[in-house]
Parts: sequence; C-alpha cells; structure tokens
Amino acid sequence: MNSPEPWSAARAAEIIAAQLDCEGPALPILHAIQATFGFVPEAVEPMIAEALNLSRAEVHGVVTFYHDFRRKPAGRHVLKLCRAEACQSMGADALATRAEQALGIRFGETTPDGRVTLEPIYCLGLCATAPSAMLDGRVIGRLDARRLDRLVSETQA
Amino acid sequence: MSARFFIPGDAGAVAVGADEVATAFEAAATAKGLTLDIVRNGSRGLYWLEPMVEVETAAGRVAYGPVSADDVPALLEAMLAGEPHALLLGPTEEIPWLKRQTRLTFARCGIVDPRSLEDYRAHGGYKGLENALALGAEATIEAVVQSGLRGRGGAGFPTGIKWRTVAATQAEQKYIVCNADEGDSGTFADRMIIEGDPFVMIEGMTISGIAVGATRGYLYIRSEYPHAVARMEEAIRTARAAGYLGRAVAGSAFDFDMEVRVGAGAYVCGEETALLESLEGRRGVVRAKPPLPAHKGLFGKPTVINNVISLATVPIILAEGAAAYRDFGMGRSRGTMPIQIAGNVKHGGLYEVAFGVTLGELVDEIGGGTASGRPVRAVQVGGPLGAYFPRALFDTPFDYEAFAGKDGLIGHGGIVVFDDTVDMAKQARFAMEFCALESCGKCTPCRIGSTRGVETVDRIMRGEDREKNLVVLEDLCHTMKFGSLCALGGFTPYPVMSALHHFPEDFGATTPVLEAAR
Repeated sequence: MNSPEPWSAARAAEIIAAQLDCEGPALPILHAIQATFGFVPEAVEPMIAEALNLSRAEVHGVVTFYHDFRRKPAGRHVLKLCRAEACQSMGADALATRAEQALGIRFGETTPDGRVTLEPIYCLGLCATAPSAMLDGRVIGRLDARRLDRLVSETQA
Repeated sequence: MSARFFIPGDAGAVAVGADEVATAFEAAATAKGLTLDIVRNGSRGLYWLEPMVEVETAAGRVAYGPVSADDVPALLEAMLAGEPHALLLGPTEEIPWLKRQTRLTFARCGIVDPRSLEDYRAHGGYKGLENALALGAEATIEAVVQSGLRGRGGAGFPTGIKWRTVAATQAEQKYIVCNADEGDSGTFADRMIIEGDPFVMIEGMTISGIAVGATRGYLYIRSEYPHAVARMEEAIRTARAAGYLGRAVAGSAFDFDMEVRVGAGAYVCGEETALLESLEGRRGVVRAKPPLPAHKGLFGKPTVINNVISLATVPIILAEGAAAYRDFGMGRSRGTMPIQIAGNVKHGGLYEVAFGVTLGELVDEIGGGTASGRPVRAVQVGGPLGAYFPRALFDTPFDYEAFAGKDGLIGHGGIVVFDDTVDMAKQARFAMEFCALESCGKCTPCRIGSTRGVETVDRIMRGEDREKNLVVLEDLCHTMKFGSLCALGGFTPYPVMSALHHFPEDFGATTPVLEAAR
C-alpha cells in the first residue's frame, strides 16, 4: 500500500485549490484528501468550508454521510469482505465470522497493532464469482476458508 | 508465432487470477524465446469459466478455461502444437451458453481491446453517432422512442420520452448524467460493459447530448469499481485526443465533453436525485419529485439521467434502426436485457437475451442449478429491493409487467440464486437492516421503518407474540411501500413480504439457534 503523507495544512490547501475549477468539487476534494492523508482529518473541514463558501456543518455532514470517508487513519492493510446477498448465498457470513475470529476484531475495527482494518462492503460486482473480497484495493473472488486464511496471513507479514 | 491471445482484464476475471495467468503466459513464452501479443479484453460474461483465455486461429477464436497460472506452461505447449487440452472449450462463438444469447448491447464486450478506439470503430463503433448526426436531433430522439427502450436501471421509464422532455426544456446549459452507481448485489452489467467496451458509453452519452442539446456529461461510477473508473477515464482521454469529445465532436457542429465522478460508498446514490445531490457535492439525500430532473436536474438545469445499460444500448439502436431493436422482446418490454445470473449458481454470468425468457429457464437451464449441487430454494431478482421468488413462480417471464404482476421487479436484471440452506427470515431481516444502514434519512417511513422492521423480524424469529408481530411487520411494510420518497424505503418491503408470503415456514415460532447467534 502507498503510505499516507503526514497531515499538512499547506498540502491540503493545494489539494483543495487544484479541484476548485470543477463543478461540484466537494467529493473530488474529499477523495483527494483521503488519497493523500489516508483519512479526512477534522482540520480540513473548515478549510473546505471556506473554499466552497459552505458552513462547516455542511462539510461535516457530507464527510459523515458517505461510508468511504474515514474520520481516522485505517490500519496498514484494509480487508473488505462483501456482505451482500450474492455473497451470502455462497457462505459469506461464515467467512465473515472466520475473519473476525482470525483477526480478533469486529467489522469496522482496526487491530490494536494497527496492521489491519476489517470492513464490510456491499457488493464489488463480482457476484458470479462469489464470495468476494478486496485487500488493499486488490479484488479476490471465489473466496473460501483457505483463501481467506491466506489473505489474513498476508496482512500479518 | 504472431497469434493474438485474449486474457480478460475484467475485474471479475482478475479476481480469480487473470493477471497471474497473463504473467504466466508471458513467462512461458519468454522461456521459449517467443513474444506473445496479449490483449486484455473484457469478459465474455461466462464467469464460471474465468479466467477464460482465447487464442486467435485461422478458424476464429478458440477458448480455454478456467485457466490457472499453473496450467499455463502445458497449455501454451498444447496451443502451439495444435494439440487438444483438457481445458479446451472449442470455438468461443460455438459455446452454447454464448451462442444462445442475443448480444446487442454487449455485442463487442469481451471481443474488442477495450483500450483501442480503432478496434471499437472496426467493430461498428461510432456508426450510431454517424447516423444520429445524419438524422438530426429530433429524429434521433424519435428513433429512441420508437425502439421501445426503457430505463435499464430498474424503473423502466421510456428513455426516449425522457430525452424528449429535456430537449423541449429551454436552458443555456443542460447535462447528461450516466448512473453507474450499480449497488445492487447480483448485478455487474454496468461494471462489465464499462470495463469491456468503454467507448460505447462515450458514444451513447454523446448521442444523447447532441439530441437534447447538452454539452456536458458526467458518468458517476461507484467507488467499489476501481477498475471501471480507471478504464473509463483512460477511454475518455483517448476519445478526447481523437476528437470524439470536446469541441466539434467528430467533425460535427456540436460540442460535448464528459468526465467520470466517483461515488463514496452510499447505496442510495443509485437513486437518481440522490445521485444528482452527490454530484453537486452534497449528502446523497433524495429530492422530492416534481420537479423532474428533466426539468430541474443537475445544478437546477435540465438533465438526462440514464442508466449505463440504457445509454450503452443507444448506439446500436441508432446504428441498426429502432425497428431492429423493437423486434426483440415481449409486450411492453422491447429489445434485450443483459441478465446477470449470480450467487449460488453453477453457470453464473451475464446472459443477454430478448425479454420473455422465464425465470425457470434462467435458473435451471442456463444457470444450471446451484453451485453447491443442492436444490434451488429461492431466487432474489432485482437486487436488495427485489422480491424472493420460490420455484412455484419459475414460469414468470422476464418482463417488467410480468414481474410487477407477481409483486416483484426485474430491477437492473440481477438474479441471485440460493440453495435450500437459506434461512428466509434471516434474508428478510437483512433487507430491513440494509435499508436502515443505507437510508438517506429524509423520509420517516424509510429512516425509522427499517429499524423498527429489524426489531420486529427479530421478535418474530424469537417467537415473541408471533401473530401480533406478523401483523405489525405487514403494516410497517405497507407504510414503507406507500409512504417512502424513493425506491429504497418503498421497495424494501418486496424482499421482506415475499420471503414471508412464500416461505412462511422460516418465520416459525421456535428458532433458538438464531436467537443465540444474535
């Protein structure tokens, strides 16, 4: 994974400025901020509000509405397991429990050592090769206990 | 040897090892001192055979699959020697699963190199735009109306009528918005066509823009589809460099340009007005209609907002004529539907066929039954908001009205198969839980009804005042269905009520195991 940059207000200001020409720039700005810093720091909200002539509450509302935007950094690896119906039909619930047990955390949590964040995802569009997962942006289909264990051990390396 | 090899770069193929297979082919060729011409095509949609490798021969393309990286050295050996191999599937076009389809929208998907504009043109690309320019705006819209094309996102509203409304609305700026927020589980047609034939999206949106007088387009792709985002952005750059986007598109008098916008993990943004809010940079909260987006859409301007498959079908309608498309189908459902067969199914994939095929044919014959080998018990059609169908309804033809008549919907054409281990009460609970998780919060029936729904299903599953709670659940579903602002709250009752009506035995009084698991 690309390691995120440490927070810098100057860098954030550059990112915001770079998107100002597009129509409806809020989501592109937030995506770019998260791509750079690994999450959306609270300190960036007033900066975006100022640049887009919005209230801070409006920006905060946008950040918290979307599941993608993180309020704090994720673990070094992010493992997402699809929890939607097509994957359920192929045993995704049992794999989800297995992943929680193997990592010792629940969905939405990060291991205490900061190695892995486990997240649910609702459909990767890989429904004909279910169950599916995504590890650090890499897609995995036909997941089974053996493949899941391998993914988990990859995160421990 | 100068033969071309085709190894899909489609995310569904990559997820089961297509990248490793491509690397293995290169390594095996290098070991033999050969250089291979490898095209990373889209998927043909036969996902149980992915990674499916094709090689061009004098007799056409020949397919092998499912190929793993370990198979490659011996496979390449057999291919070069022209000897049979255990993974040989025969000439691709002769594979019955593919041969029985009517590929109109997906005619090029899996065949062309999705990175190549030349390949797109060589396979009939931009013939639709050429005809649209010759016809003029009004006749173009008329052709789309006459084709009978209805919104493939699920609502089934006639595409041409939508265009006509936007064309008739005066404004300095109008927009074309393509909804690629394909959030329904069991659907992947949008992802597949964007990855396998991205230029068709550009052509479809350009035709729409010229027809209604819009000069800007946005293609909103969900963030769960990073491969599709990358492929589409690259195609837009390529088309722009070749003069197919920007000023004087393809040498015409019209300007049109477009860009990709990426969602941020909100299911409700697949609802068109929530999507427009999201594009404008706000929370994806549903708007009340009217005004219709056709009158006041993106940034308050007249906007065509269409699903990926609707727009991807426009070029072939213009290229082949409205009648050629309308001749397929049944009743008021004209043309073809790319049906996505997924979940616990033996032969899962994308099957494009004229409307009218029955659910039973799709599941048993084409899908081949379950992957687990157990009996099929239920099939959810149309995503998380679609009804669960029992075997007793397998004679239902795939048609907007026929499904509505059975208290279901075809939605975006996804079918998820479940075997007899499924617990339908649990599925009903999940439908409510998902609605609660994804509700935008604007209207009360959806926001609060879904949470009360989860609690009520839990009580039923625990056997608490079962009869009374079943009445509460029915009543709650009624309120959500008729009182919600959009399809999220309005259609969540479909999976819940269909599970309850068709599988009442799963809502029995004693379910101690489930209570313990809670």
